[in-house]
Amino acid sequence: MAGSAGRRRRPPPLLLASGVVAVGLLALPLVGLLARVSWSTLGSDLTSPTALDALRLSLVCSLWATGLSLLLGLPLAWLLARTEFRGKSVVRAITVLPLVLPPVVGGVALLLAFGRDGILGRPLFDWFGIQFTFSTAGVVLAETFVAMPFLIVTVEAALQVMDVRFEEVAASLGAGRWATFRLVTAPMIRSSLVAGAALTWARALGEFGATITFAGDIQGRTQTLPLAVYLALEGNERVAVALSLLLLVVSFAVLVALRGRWLGALRT
Amino acid sequence: MNLVADVDVRLDEFHEDVHLEVEEGEVVAVLGPNGAGKTTLLRALAGVRPLTAGRIVLGGRVLDDPGRGVLVPPEERSCGLVFQEHLLFPHLDALANVAFGPRRQGVSRAEAAAVARGWLDRLGVADVAHQRPRHMSGGESQRVALARALAVGPRLLLLDEPMAALDVTQRPVVRQLLRDHVGGSGVSCVLVTHDPLDATALADTLVLIDGGRVVQRGTPAEVARRPASQWVARMMGVNLLSGEVRGQRLDLGAALTLPVPGAPDGEARGVLALRDVGVQPGGRDTRSDAGLDARSAVGWTTRILTLQPTGDRIVLGLEYPVGLQADVPAERAGGHPWVEGMSVRAWIDPGDVELFGPSPT
Repeated sequence: MAGSAGRRRRPPPLLLASGVVAVGLLALPLVGLLARVSWSTLGSDLTSPTALDALRLSLVCSLWATGLSLLLGLPLAWLLARTEFRGKSVVRAITVLPLVLPPVVGGVALLLAFGRDGILGRPLFDWFGIQFTFSTAGVVLAETFVAMPFLIVTVEAALQVMDVRFEEVAASLGAGRWATFRLVTAPMIRSSLVAGAALTWARALGEFGATITFAGDIQGRTQTLPLAVYLALEGNERVAVALSLLLLVVSFAVLVALRGRWLGALRT
Repeated sequence: MNLVADVDVRLDEFHEDVHLEVEEGEVVAVLGPNGAGKTTLLRALAGVRPLTAGRIVLGGRVLDDPGRGVLVPPEERSCGLVFQEHLLFPHLDALANVAFGPRRQGVSRAEAAAVARGWLDRLGVADVAHQRPRHMSGGESQRVALARALAVGPRLLLLDEPMAALDVTQRPVVRQLLRDHVGGSGVSCVLVTHDPLDATALADTLVLIDGGRVVQRGTPAEVARRPASQWVARMMGVNLLSGEVRGQRLDLGAALTLPVPGAPDGEARGVLALRDVGVQPGGRDTRSDAGLDARSAVGWTTRILTLQPTGDRIVLGLEYPVGLQADVPAERAGGHPWVEGMSVRAWIDPGDVELFGPSPT
């Protein structure tokens, strides 16, 4: 501290100015959204059939996607953190790719793999009659594709940080692999597990690009909240704003929950 | 023999090749500097680091034999593990930590709790039964960790620097605890440490390893009386003198000779306690000041190279002969401190040197 005692040194004006602009850039859209909310009709806007369908579908699909991510992502995170195998760096790259890939591209890729004419989609449809495109399952698939990396990355990082000798002690006490994971590893990385699952869920809930490209936009079947917002914007802006507010509140709640209870996991 | 292990492990740039035998109820201390391969040895025994070659047999059962494709996983080995950082499961209280092992062995919840309570009681930490590890002191944690390892009735107890993380007041307490509960329990135990004090206090047998090889093995007294190398002597806290006996005089080189009546001609080595080396500043003849017999003591002039204070004493490393150390009062007469590079007169009484055979090689 170079100034007089008790006073904080002022940051350089240029930095201060750009900081203010940055905050403005991030905050103004939210203010704009809040300013346009029609509070008196909010209740009816959110309970219109379109909104309720989208809300229900969003909840169902995002929870399925989170569950699938846990089911498939946890073992993969464990393999990446605890084992050595050939091509691990390639696997890791594939794992995190959806984080940076434009979701629309993800949607196109999903279409080419799981669509009616896709490399896997065609045999699935021909032999079992399973179709992902234009189906709720397709929404879940798209959301999982985009959101699972959040779980894998968070959990793998936690596993890397954890001292493996805890697991070795557990083994020396007679615990097999699964018992060790269930009774020692999982409880010890619990906060990261919860944080990872929450991030995954939030990402799945907000998924738009991959979903609309791959699964389409059918009310009650593939039209999730973000899709409903986008569509409502064309015809009924009030509903779009109401649904946006809902998503904003959910996002904010996730953030607060993570900060309050699971702060440590995201900081490390 | 309870444990017979030929541990041969190759890591990237490290090759460990150590033979280890532990009898029923015997405590073997593996002593060595950091990077000597102590922990690798322990991990191989515990089963978390498979052997490259060799064999581990515990209680007549082959645990690891790459030649025959046998590798028993850690959870089926019955090896208790205690680390210096105790590594108690942070999400479980002391009782649940200790009950963890019995529960995995299929013991009912109530019975496991009773067993755990018994062990906590035996180790004097019954009062922390319902506390989480983060609320326990270092000493309490280490007791709970020991209770946890013993509660499964292991065939082999593996202790990795169990005292290194404890503060000085807890060390002797835990050392005593280990002596009571490991030494007398009939459990075979491999103790890995870099502290000769822990090793000599607890072990029946010392195995000194360096660079992945066994340098020497024997009882603590044997090793201290006949260290195989300067390094072993340093670990055991004794001086090792080596030279050649000619005409009943031990020639330590550079004109320093000690009378050794009755010793045969040839290579000879001897040990000398650190406290039996007298040191006085300057070239003054102070044989009597140093408490040495004025008639028989041999003196020479040398310099102080290193200083290692140990409370009211200080260990001086002398320039000549190489590696000689003297344990002297920290405060010398007149309140003057010892200084690095100081020219001193060193004295030893040849009668204090215990000769033992010629050096190998």
